[in-house]
Amino acid sequence: MTTPAPLLELRHISVSFDGFWALNDLNLALAPGELRAVIGPNGAGKTTFLDVITGKVRPTKGEVLFKGRSLVGIAEHRIARLGIGRKFQTPRVYQNLTPRRNLELAVSRQNGPLALLLGRLDSSERDRVQHLLEVVGLDLVSHLRAGGLSHGQKQWLEIAMLVAQAPQLLLVDEPVAGLTDEETERTADLLRQLAGQHTVLVIEHDMEFIRDLRAPVTVLHEGHVLCEGSMDAVQSDPRVIEVYLGTETDGEFN
Amino acid sequence: MADLLSNRKWRQVLPWLVIVIAALVLPVLLPPFRLNLLGRFLSLGIVALGIDLIWGFTGLLSLGQGIFFALGGYALGMHLQLSSLAPGELPEFFGLYGVKGLPAFWQPFNSPLFTFFCIWVLPALVAGVLGFLVFRNRIKGVYFSILTQAALLVFFNFFNGQQKLINGTNGLKTDTARLFGVLVGSDGAQRGLFWITVVLVIACWFLCRWLTRGRFGDALIAIRDDEPRLRFTGYNPTAYKTLVFAVAGAMAGVSGALYTVQSGIVSPQYMAVPFSIEMVIWVAVGGRGTLIGAVLGAVVINFAKSLVSEALPETWLFIQGALFLLVVTALPDGLVGWWRSGGPARLLVMVGWPPRSATYPELDLDPAVAAERRQLDGGEA
Repeated sequence: MTTPAPLLELRHISVSFDGFWALNDLNLALAPGELRAVIGPNGAGKTTFLDVITGKVRPTKGEVLFKGRSLVGIAEHRIARLGIGRKFQTPRVYQNLTPRRNLELAVSRQNGPLALLLGRLDSSERDRVQHLLEVVGLDLVSHLRAGGLSHGQKQWLEIAMLVAQAPQLLLVDEPVAGLTDEETERTADLLRQLAGQHTVLVIEHDMEFIRDLRAPVTVLHEGHVLCEGSMDAVQSDPRVIEVYLGTETDGEFN
Repeated sequence: MADLLSNRKWRQVLPWLVIVIAALVLPVLLPPFRLNLLGRFLSLGIVALGIDLIWGFTGLLSLGQGIFFALGGYALGMHLQLSSLAPGELPEFFGLYGVKGLPAFWQPFNSPLFTFFCIWVLPALVAGVLGFLVFRNRIKGVYFSILTQAALLVFFNFFNGQQKLINGTNGLKTDTARLFGVLVGSDGAQRGLFWITVVLVIACWFLCRWLTRGRFGDALIAIRDDEPRLRFTGYNPTAYKTLVFAVAGAMAGVSGALYTVQSGIVSPQYMAVPFSIEMVIWVAVGGRGTLIGAVLGAVVINFAKSLVSEALPETWLFIQGALFLLVVTALPDGLVGWWRSGGPARLLVMVGWPPRSATYPELDLDPAVAAERRQLDGGEA
């Protein structure tokens, strides 16, 4: 059996901010359809790592390959159109637009000014918007200002926007921060469903949630990959316990 | 019917009703001098509409709209200098500086058609190029504002210094010129220009409304509220910002041309720094992101300015400053925003009429709810 060519590959990525190495020789590969969780203590470089993939930060050294094509130096909006979607740590929805209009911007395959002025969404795009509103339970509030939604609703709206973009690779930064237990469970379900058709990379602090994902885990520490494996294997790795928990052994892991 | 007359609709319609009635009645009532003032202020409403488009909707605070305003004014002013000359004659001022032949860039302004396009295309091009360079380098916020003001100063100084090209600080007079055989300064021509201004204000309002209503408008609001987010959704904000900045530039040009022929002169003073800041104040006072507020702000403030200046010449700047402070602190959405969000009703409640509502005032005052209540009361009795 041959392993399929990776959808996303990071080779020897290093990022230096004025001499501080936020990422240091990071290597990572994602297979198509994979669901992967990334954890790491604060300052491990998790968000910088997403910034590098999405073009917000240019790596000092190294190569990012998406479907075999280098992403280094390409503008953010072009990378997004290549099929990489990103959800931010704090929900970032357009507060002054309604949930429906938020989704309409995300779902549109045409992104130019003239297309938006003169064109309309086709019926399949409109159906997708309606479908997504129902999936995330916002169809009844689809005409209200998104800024007035609850935190959980905004998180879900942003996930819906991400899915509306129909990216091949979804980068999800802390999707369950501030959500209730029930919402957290539903989010894990949703992400597991998305994997397969999409490749999903999730960054989270919530260990229960990561366990719920039942996905391979990559541990980042000081800008490089400390270890990879199943949640159980990672948890029992002495290096992880050391960097993640310090001397404390009765934390979240038990 | 009750639905039509419900509060919200009424609030939407009333400003328009006022405008339509004013446009129909004022030309009859006002003496030519006041009508001319109104026409000038309405033409300023067009540059204000453009500012609302780029600032109110897209979040680009330009302090340099005077550049495009003056360019439109100069384009028309140059044509008017040439249009009433006998063949072989030069505009008078060239003689003062010993210029013997017409500078090459004046030549095309002999053509009315070229001038007509130049009034809005030239400012749009300058705005587009300037905007593209600035936006591509992701200069935004206060840095963008400073840059536009610096550009304004560059243009101001350049135009001031070029006596031999465009009569420098004296500007170009248009009153005594003839446009299609009619004296521009005559009452008849001015009345015609008033109507052209009214039509163009309305046309520009419709253009802005068309731009801001649909998904294009949503993208502008998204740029204003969270530009990086829009990038990661696959949009290139630079294209959007460049386009609206060019549109606002074109509108400033039209505004400047109309203002020029109604004031009788175009001069580098149109590019003075305070004037461009005043334009922003009109929009802030009228209401950002409301379109109609921009026009109302321009007309109301300028009329107030002219009335106050006639009575108490020294006080206007203080009043304008106070107005701006009031808007920034108490009415962040301007007069129109205050009006639309039920401000007048709140004000009436504050002075005790009608009495403070026990539930939600919106609900209490809704005719449909009132009718239902009456029905329920009747049923029980």
